[in-house]
Amino acid sequence: MNRWRDIPQRSDLLLQYLIDIQQRDSCISTESIQKLSTELAIPAAQIKSVIEFYSFLHTTPRGHFNILFSDNITDQMAGSRALMRQLCQQLNVRQGDPRADGRVTVDTTSCTGMCDQGPALLINNFPITRLDSKRIELIAQLIEQDTPLEQWPAEFFEINDNVHRADILLTHNTEDGDALRALLEEGAETLLQRIGDAELRGRGGAGFKTATKWRLCKQADAAQRIVVCNADEGEPGTFKDRVLLQSYAAQVIEGMTLCAGIIGASKGFIYLRGEYRYLLDSLEKELQRRRDAKLLGNNILDQQGFNFNIEIHLGAGAYICGEESALLESLAGHRGIPQKRPPFPVTRGYLGLPTVVNNVETLMTACQIASHGSDWFTDKGTRQSAGTKLLSISGDCQQPGIYEYPMGTSVSDILIDCGADGPQAVQIAGAAGQTLCHREFKRKIAIEDASTGGSFMVFNRHRDMLDMVQNFAHFFAHESCGFCTPCRVGSTLISNLVDKLYTSHATQNDLRDIERIALVMRHASHCGLGTTASNHILDTFNNFPDAYQRRLRSTEYTPAFDLDLAVCEARAITGRDDDDAHIVCPPQEGFKP
Amino acid sequence: MSNSRFVIDGKDIPFRPGQTIMDAAMAAGVYIPHLCHNPDYASTGNCRLCLVKLNGRYVSACTQPAIADSQVDNQIDEINQQRKTLLQMLFVEGNHQCPGCEKSGRCQLQAVAYYVGMLSPYFTHFYPRRELDASHPEMVLDFNRCILCGLCVRASHSADKKNIFAISGRGMDSRLVINSTSGKLGDSNFSAHDAAASVCPVGVFLPKHKGYEVPIGQRLYDREPIAQVGDVAHPNHQRDKK
Repeated sequence: MNRWRDIPQRSDLLLQYLIDIQQRDSCISTESIQKLSTELAIPAAQIKSVIEFYSFLHTTPRGHFNILFSDNITDQMAGSRALMRQLCQQLNVRQGDPRADGRVTVDTTSCTGMCDQGPALLINNFPITRLDSKRIELIAQLIEQDTPLEQWPAEFFEINDNVHRADILLTHNTEDGDALRALLEEGAETLLQRIGDAELRGRGGAGFKTATKWRLCKQADAAQRIVVCNADEGEPGTFKDRVLLQSYAAQVIEGMTLCAGIIGASKGFIYLRGEYRYLLDSLEKELQRRRDAKLLGNNILDQQGFNFNIEIHLGAGAYICGEESALLESLAGHRGIPQKRPPFPVTRGYLGLPTVVNNVETLMTACQIASHGSDWFTDKGTRQSAGTKLLSISGDCQQPGIYEYPMGTSVSDILIDCGADGPQAVQIAGAAGQTLCHREFKRKIAIEDASTGGSFMVFNRHRDMLDMVQNFAHFFAHESCGFCTPCRVGSTLISNLVDKLYTSHATQNDLRDIERIALVMRHASHCGLGTTASNHILDTFNNFPDAYQRRLRSTEYTPAFDLDLAVCEARAITGRDDDDAHIVCPPQEGFKP
Repeated sequence: MSNSRFVIDGKDIPFRPGQTIMDAAMAAGVYIPHLCHNPDYASTGNCRLCLVKLNGRYVSACTQPAIADSQVDNQIDEINQQRKTLLQMLFVEGNHQCPGCEKSGRCQLQAVAYYVGMLSPYFTHFYPRRELDASHPEMVLDFNRCILCGLCVRASHSADKKNIFAISGRGMDSRLVINSTSGKLGDSNFSAHDAAASVCPVGVFLPKHKGYEVPIGQRLYDREPIAQVGDVAHPNHQRDKK
């Protein structure tokens, strides 16, 4: 199981060692920390600080079966919370606490990227999707019988690609090595020019020109350069990279190798989110197959000196690591804290080396452009946004899944294709993206209009948009890295105020506070997570004011001190949550539950 | 000497290549509110109080390299209001009891709050439970006031070469931790003479065996505003005489 046993110990592998220990022992003990501290010459406090940063690492044991329900809004809409309660009841276990016999823990986790086949959960890092009451019952039985995971029904672990619309990217397969042969025949400059001519922009959402990024890295003065594939697909509602890594991995890896050949990198990393650990084996096999075929490794395609090796690093439950500088910190074995810029990763990235960080889809697209030419790509899309874009569509629609569209396609056309019934809102680009309401459905998916990294969550007219707001507010409070003041404190303040609103205790003044905090987060935060974490608040304030107004108390102010909340600790100690254990204020005029 | 210049609030500021907006402003005697910045250590930009507008775009002055011929807005109402909100966030996040605090009048958080006109913490207090660390013979650590600026972490790392401090956890669970087997300061090789002991802009580091030697009311920021006297670790002119 130890993936790293054959290579010398490296301090940048700290997080990887910790993940292996967690997997093996179900926690990371003080002894393990001391041992690592001695072996790697890293202070124990620093190792603990890394453990405490990542949601999937623990210093106290989790259950033998560690279950995490995906808690994205789409999972919740499909009934995940009720299913979790059912499982907790059947197993007689409280959410978050290991059962006394150590058999099982049940808890929630941020979106696991299975929104097209949710509700979903992770059990010991393996996903089970399409949960329903019957499946939960079977899971409870298997756990009570202590059946090893390998003997569980195989269909539990089936993950479907659900590709419902394929355009040029998903239909034009390239032969293995085509892009690399083009590179060797035509030269790096020609290929870089081709990617530039194709106007390829980063597919992760930021939209930076790929050729410019590669050129800046190529020009940086250094003996070694690095290529990183950002497979930390953590944006809630996004799962297209999961499908690419599952079914198109060869082209993704060839895209990395192409980039390496162009910029002169000899080392690469795939940073794979912990939620996608189930893809690790198939990806390792693909790397080996490509090494055997001389498409990876030393002297690629017998070209002397064309050396490129790839390591797969796992994440461990931290959304922030999708931000490229945080990802690079995590790759180096640190807490995933975004770094100030400049310097940019293209000049100072992984361990201070010039580094290209690209999204999975970007690398695959670059590979195809190398083989098919730039016109093949620019024939699709708009003037400013060339090519096609993969969308992960989920929520209230008949056919959730992957849709590849030419850039410039309107939201309303997409809603028709996926069978959305009476949509009132679409959340594009994930929790950090934009909330589009009905009158915005004519907008187009493109950099210059409605820009998205690929998430497309549909909400029908029966949904309470405040459910989404609360889900996202909790998500950002949980995922803020804590580095800067506005995001660390602001995301929690907003989360608390939204909860206050949710229970119909908030006033008009609380709404003004939410808006004030949201704007400070947008303006003052250190990184892209913080500056976008309040988008959903500000958008829904504009587009769905009723969702807020109808929950308000009529008063201007309420006391900050909440008597009912003040006794919550007493309730927890006595294990009571009945009506008599609550102090209910009499409803105010205008109160509408 | 370079001729590069930019403008802060109408005032011409010269700068050398590589200087940040903060570096150049400090050198020119222009005050930009800040807490986590200290010119002796690499800036990180976590407190965000030095929020300014550079050609209309929000940046943190301590991390943003100065740009020739640019316009920087610093003392404008729009920014001041947001700084006030940031300070209110810091005040409710920890437990700050100014009236009785040993650091009152020598605390940058308090002084900056006065400077921007913050009258109350406003938001609902979090009242976190944070234990004191009194294990060291010379120094008490009161984590209640920690604002996670990381200056002690940086000073212990780069000046003292000891790496005694680290930030652990994530989000609201972030906290300052001590690198020793027990997690206590007394078990580390910390000394009250370390650089890390005197960089805290608030009141986490409290020397033992003395207190209130200078009466409240006669201290650094009691006499003059922070915009004139500067940081507690680098006062422009030392008025807080023993």
